[in-house]
Amino acid sequence: MRHAVSSLFAASLAALVLAAPAQADDATFNLTLKDHRFDPQSIEVPAGKKVKLLIKNLDSAAEEFDSDDLHREKVIPAGHEGVVIIGPLKAGTYKFQGEYNPKTASGTIVVK
Amino acid sequence: MLGSALIVFREVFEAALIVGIVLAATQGVPRRSFWIALGIAGGVFGAGLVAAFAETIAGAAEGFGQEYFNATVMFIAVGMLTWHQVWMSKHGREMAKHMSEVGKSVKDGGQPLYVLAVVVGAAILREGSEAVLFLYGIAASGGDSQAQLIGGGLIGLLGGVVCGAALYLGLLRIPTRQLFAVTGWMIILLAAGMASQGAAFLVQAGVLPALGDQIWNTSSFLAQDSMLGRVMHTLVGYDARPAGIQLVFYGVTLVSIISLSKWIARKQ
Repeated sequence: MRHAVSSLFAASLAALVLAAPAQADDATFNLTLKDHRFDPQSIEVPAGKKVKLLIKNLDSAAEEFDSDDLHREKVIPAGHEGVVIIGPLKAGTYKFQGEYNPKTASGTIVVK
Repeated sequence: MLGSALIVFREVFEAALIVGIVLAATQGVPRRSFWIALGIAGGVFGAGLVAAFAETIAGAAEGFGQEYFNATVMFIAVGMLTWHQVWMSKHGREMAKHMSEVGKSVKDGGQPLYVLAVVVGAAILREGSEAVLFLYGIAASGGDSQAQLIGGGLIGLLGGVVCGAALYLGLLRIPTRQLFAVTGWMIILLAAGMASQGAAFLVQAGVLPALGDQIWNTSSFLAQDSMLGRVMHTLVGYDARPAGIQLVFYGVTLVSIISLSKWIARKQ
């Protein structure tokens, strides 16, 4: 039992080390959030590649970048920027929204 | 007003369901009200703290502090639920048979209720901090509709609590003999779902491989942002488009808790 637990631990540790961390050379796409709207509202990104979304929140309130399609949720405090790494993704359209202002803050990522 | 009610409701709902399950799972245990109230109070206080330090947390670990924090909260809850379930596999049968005697075993150093208080606190802290941030944003931005928005937020809070209470009262309709078996399964599935969510945060932070970004896509069958989708997401960890690693964490948690419980029960 103890052996099983320790090898499981070692395996998960190895998985953590081997997992490719966010790489500096990932293509970066900038998004800004102002008046509870994303700009641009649609971004085209390449399929099969990791990409980095740099989201600048210019509003005076925090916003949560949220996407069920992409499995991402991240709070971006007022006046700050947040990094969300996505992909590699299959071609398709993925929706995202600002959880706190879903009526205005919404957009799509088009993977081609 | 309706908009802010809905947003707060969504954040509170998940935590309220978890509190409902924990309440049902501790039915008849003395002093549980104290521990669960402590968990709720700690969770609310923690949510305020997390919201207040949102910028610090977000900026930590090269911008991935939030992901690590959320994953940690999830895995602590998974650990506590596992502990509870293993304890129940030892004492659950007697508990169901002689509800009155449970008091004795708890006093004799039996079921550690603080374990479940931590689960309640963790659930409220994570979901609540997002509700606090949202309401704080409204309060900070001002405007005519401010009072309305905050009123909406309170309605949403109340709505979430009503759902948790409804789940609790519904579970209490189950005969005592089967109640702990049912809440036991609910806790196992809850833990597996939380482990899967924790894994998703670590994928987001870039430290775990996704092992397949989307193993299946059932969003046309049951969308995750639908009401039922959210209920299933909380209760059994439903995910319309799970990553491979989420399934691994879900399965490993499920199998670990079940086999650990069986092993402990057999040892008696």
